[in-house]
Amino acid sequence: MVFEKIQAIIVEELGKDPEEVTLTTNIQEELDADSLDLFQIINEIEDAFDVKIETEDGFTTVQDLVTYVEGQQTK
Amino acid sequence: MDQYTKISCTARYVPSNVVTNDQLSKIMDTSDEWIVSRTGIRSRHISIAENTSDLSTKVAGYLLEKSGKKANEIDFIIVATMTPDFGTPSVACQVQGRIGAHQAFAFDISAACSGFIYGLSVADKLIRTGKKCGLVIGSETLSKVIDWQDRTTAVLFGDGAAGVLVEASPTQYFLNEKLCSDGTRNESLTSGYTENKNPYYKETEEVSKYLKMNGRQIYDFSLKDVTKNIKDILADEKETIDYFLLHQANKRIIEKISKKLAIPREKFLTNMESNGNTSAASIPLLLDESVDKGVLKLGSNQKIVLTGYGGGLTWGSLLVTL
Repeated sequence: MVFEKIQAIIVEELGKDPEEVTLTTNIQEELDADSLDLFQIINEIEDAFDVKIETEDGFTTVQDLVTYVEGQQTK
Repeated sequence: MDQYTKISCTARYVPSNVVTNDQLSKIMDTSDEWIVSRTGIRSRHISIAENTSDLSTKVAGYLLEKSGKKANEIDFIIVATMTPDFGTPSVACQVQGRIGAHQAFAFDISAACSGFIYGLSVADKLIRTGKKCGLVIGSETLSKVIDWQDRTTAVLFGDGAAGVLVEASPTQYFLNEKLCSDGTRNESLTSGYTENKNPYYKETEEVSKYLKMNGRQIYDFSLKDVTKNIKDILADEKETIDYFLLHQANKRIIEKISKKLAIPREKFLTNMESNGNTSAASIPLLLDESVDKGVLKLGSNQKIVLTGYGGGLTWGSLLVTL
C-alpha cells in the first residue's frame, strides 16, 4: 500500500510509467530526477502520509522512501 | 480626510556587467543546462565596483527624474537590503545624503528576500498616518556575500536594485496584506555572520559569513508557507487578480506554486532568467520591467499580488491595485 502510493507520487511528479518505478529503482540516477524533483516527491509523501521528513539525505532508492514511511507509521 | 497609499512611479538599475551561465561554467564546475533546468536562470548582473548604496542612489535618482518630484518633497526613504555597505550608516541614509532629500528620514529594513514587501507595508502605514511621499527601494549586491567556490549557491544570485515612489491619495490602492516570520527556522538561510571580537572572547567554532542555504528546507518553506500565505491574502479575490509578482528565486518553485494554487502559470510574471535571484530587489525589478514592457500599467486599476519570501524566515504578500 505504501509502495503503491509512493509509486503513484513519483509517476505523477516525474512523468514516468509505473513500471519504471520499482522498489529497487534509484530515483536520481535511473529516473533522471534532480534535487528539486526529490524535494517535491518528499513534500508530496509528507502530505500523503502525514509524516515529517527532515532531510533528503539517505533516500536513494524507492525502497528507502517506503522503509522510512513504514517506520514512521508504526511509531 | 483619510489618505491612502498609491504607487505612482517605478524605476530600476542593474550593473552593466552581465554574466551568463556559460561564463560561470568557465570558473566553476557547472553548465548552462544544469542551471537553466533547475532554476530558469540564464544570466545575472554582477557588480564590479558599485556597492548597494550606489545601486540604490541610481534608483532614487531615476524615481525623482521620472516622477518630476524634487528631492526635498520626499518625506521618507526606506531601503530593503541584506547586503548594506556598512552596519551603519544605513544605505537609506547614504541615499538621502546623495540625492539631497533633506526633509526625509531614512532607514533600512532587514528582511532578506521579503524586504521590499515589508518596506512597502511600512511605507503604506507612514502614508496612512500623514506622510505625503516616500521612496521604497530593494537593493542588493549579493555577489559580495556569495561563496564563489560553492557552485550550488554561486549560480543562483545576482546584483541589482529597483524601487517605487509612493504618494498619498484619496483612493485606496493597498487592499490587503499579510506579513509573516518564523525565527525558529532562522538557520535555513544565513548570510553575513559577524563574530564577536573583543579581548575577552575566544572563538569556539568557525561560522561561515557567506550565504548558506538548506535547499530542502527552503523548498519546503516556499511550497507550503508561501502558497498558504497567497491563499490567505486572496480570500475570494482569486479570479480578480491580473498578475502575481513573486520573489524571483526559482522558476520551478513558481511553477509549482501556480499549480498548487490552481492559478494559470501565465499570471505569474518572471524575470529571473536575466537577473538571477536578487533578494530584496527582485520584486521591484520585476514590477518596473513589467511596467516598461506594458504588461503592467500604473493607474490602470490592474490588481496584483506581490509576494516575498526568504531568510529569517520571512514571507508576506500585498494585494494592491495599480
